[in-house]
Amino acid sequence: MPQARPPIQANRLISLSPADLLIIVIYFAMVLGIGLYLRRYAKTSKDFFLAGREMSAWVAGLSFLSANLGALELMGWAAAAYQYGILAAHFYWIAAFPAMVFLGLVMMPFYYISRAHSVPGYLRLRYGEATRALSGISFAFMTVLMSGINMYAMALVMKVVLGWNIHVSIWVSSLTVAAYVTLGGLFSAIFNEVLQFFLIWLGVLVVPILGLMEAGGWSGLVVKIHQRVHSDDYVHLWSTLGTFSGNPMGVHWTGIVFGLGGVIAFGYWTTDFLVVQRAMAAKDLRSAKLAPIIASYFKMVVPLIVILPGLLALGLLPFRLVPESAVRPGLHSYNEVLPLMLARYAGPGLLGLGVTALIAGFMSGMAGNVSAFATVWTYDIYQPYIRKSESDAHYVRVGRWCTILGVILSIATAYFVTQFKSIMDYMQALVSFFIAPLFGTVILGMIWKRATPKAGFWGLLAGTVSSIAMYALVKANPAYLAIIALSPNAKDMAENLYRALWSWIICVLVTVIVSLFTTPKPVEELTGLVYGYTKFPDDGRLPLYQRPVFWGAGVAIFFVILQWAFW
Amino acid sequence: MSREAPMLPVWFFIGVLLSIYGVIILVTALGELSHPPEVVLAQYRPALFAAVLLLSIGGFYTFWFWPGRRNKK
Repeated sequence: MPQARPPIQANRLISLSPADLLIIVIYFAMVLGIGLYLRRYAKTSKDFFLAGREMSAWVAGLSFLSANLGALELMGWAAAAYQYGILAAHFYWIAAFPAMVFLGLVMMPFYYISRAHSVPGYLRLRYGEATRALSGISFAFMTVLMSGINMYAMALVMKVVLGWNIHVSIWVSSLTVAAYVTLGGLFSAIFNEVLQFFLIWLGVLVVPILGLMEAGGWSGLVVKIHQRVHSDDYVHLWSTLGTFSGNPMGVHWTGIVFGLGGVIAFGYWTTDFLVVQRAMAAKDLRSAKLAPIIASYFKMVVPLIVILPGLLALGLLPFRLVPESAVRPGLHSYNEVLPLMLARYAGPGLLGLGVTALIAGFMSGMAGNVSAFATVWTYDIYQPYIRKSESDAHYVRVGRWCTILGVILSIATAYFVTQFKSIMDYMQALVSFFIAPLFGTVILGMIWKRATPKAGFWGLLAGTVSSIAMYALVKANPAYLAIIALSPNAKDMAENLYRALWSWIICVLVTVIVSLFTTPKPVEELTGLVYGYTKFPDDGRLPLYQRPVFWGAGVAIFFVILQWAFW
Repeated sequence: MSREAPMLPVWFFIGVLLSIYGVIILVTALGELSHPPEVVLAQYRPALFAAVLLLSIGGFYTFWFWPGRRNKK
């Protein structure tokens, strides 16, 4: 049997053939062409920021998923699977389906019926300007940081795989994204996200298929991993989570269920405007409800192309990968696991498709962040606080400039991110800072009519500040980790999960307490915003197979089967 | 809002791109029949299977969503 290429060359992992380069060039030409084509359709603010609100459930659903399937998903979780084993799949299963179905069935009607342009826009209607400003600014800040992380990850792939200069990679990719999002707005972003969905699956699928063939199927892979790490902990989802020290992630099942599946997942999928914006672009409420549910099915099978390659690398690669901080000449980091596996199985042409899939994932993740940033900046910061009564065309122009501004800030962030040893831990820290408490504010606003405007603001602020404070506390004195994560054996990932949980609890407690001492909004101002004062269209007349709740139940069954299979 | 022409569906662009990729990879795969690439399991000709898959999916979307054939997204 032929051996894989030598994994280490002078300054790059692999060499691309002319066919590979042609495939990459055609991808860049296509995304720019789509941007140019869509420019004529992005004339009004509704077009530019919400894609005209005319996307089908399938387009909105695939875009919803792909906006999340950026650099961090591909590189980061393949790396996490190598480090933590199949436990990383929790981030695709318990951390996805319940929250995505909840968004579709429970929260999306409020977002859609209120006709808010963004999540901060909903908070303005529900709580008032102060809460909107706080969430808008924190979201804008978080988004450019995320975008920078995406860009850094992309440049890293280019450096490792192609030997490209990291600075050239950052500038080439960001200028391309800036061009097509500036031209077509959310239309461009969504079109390219759906395109990217296909490329990722078709480009990376070669790894799990050939990997399993080489390993001798799943049972063969389990044996190889056991021989490699002398432990079964890497191939079980739940059975090792009884103690912090009994699994590679250093986390307890309570952290996975309540911190990850409860707060982080619900916070991310239901309040992060990057993904919610895609569902809000759907053509009607039923499509908006179906979009995240459709996405949840695909999300459940993404581990096939992200987690499984990490496990295959653990069992099959003839050398060990190391943390980013330990990389020396001749060694590869965890973050390079996916390109390494592509290089192992993909020859000319197929390799170009795989590399294009990675590039597409990075660019679409960045485009998603930048388009969401432009929307929130324009609607929730510029329009209310800088120029209130301008023409629609003016706000479209501002949106285009904001896109460019977002890209520039992302570039600055990309250089900043290079200082961090672990990309994924950094992302989880951001989620616990901003998203976890935001979920507390939004969900209380939707289900509890007594939540007051002042309580919304102070609850969100308290949750965010407490999360940052906990992070700083552990950085200053690691001994505090034992208190925040409930065990001295907890690791970084566990700390993130518990910090998110505490910040959400603090947000909810402060919101409830302040609400009890302040004046609620009049009932007439809560129409369409709160459960009990919102009239939902009845799905009862639709055939069963057309109802979102039917498909939500289907994905729940799928989830249970997966948990049982990998228990 | 008045528009010059209905927007082409995203599926059409996907079909075109995948078809182009299918052709490129097919040509490459045929060339590899006599000179297999130095990768693991190259004997199974994964590029050939990938090319057929890309051409099938790409061809279907290109045909089904060809401009004028359907007017919905």
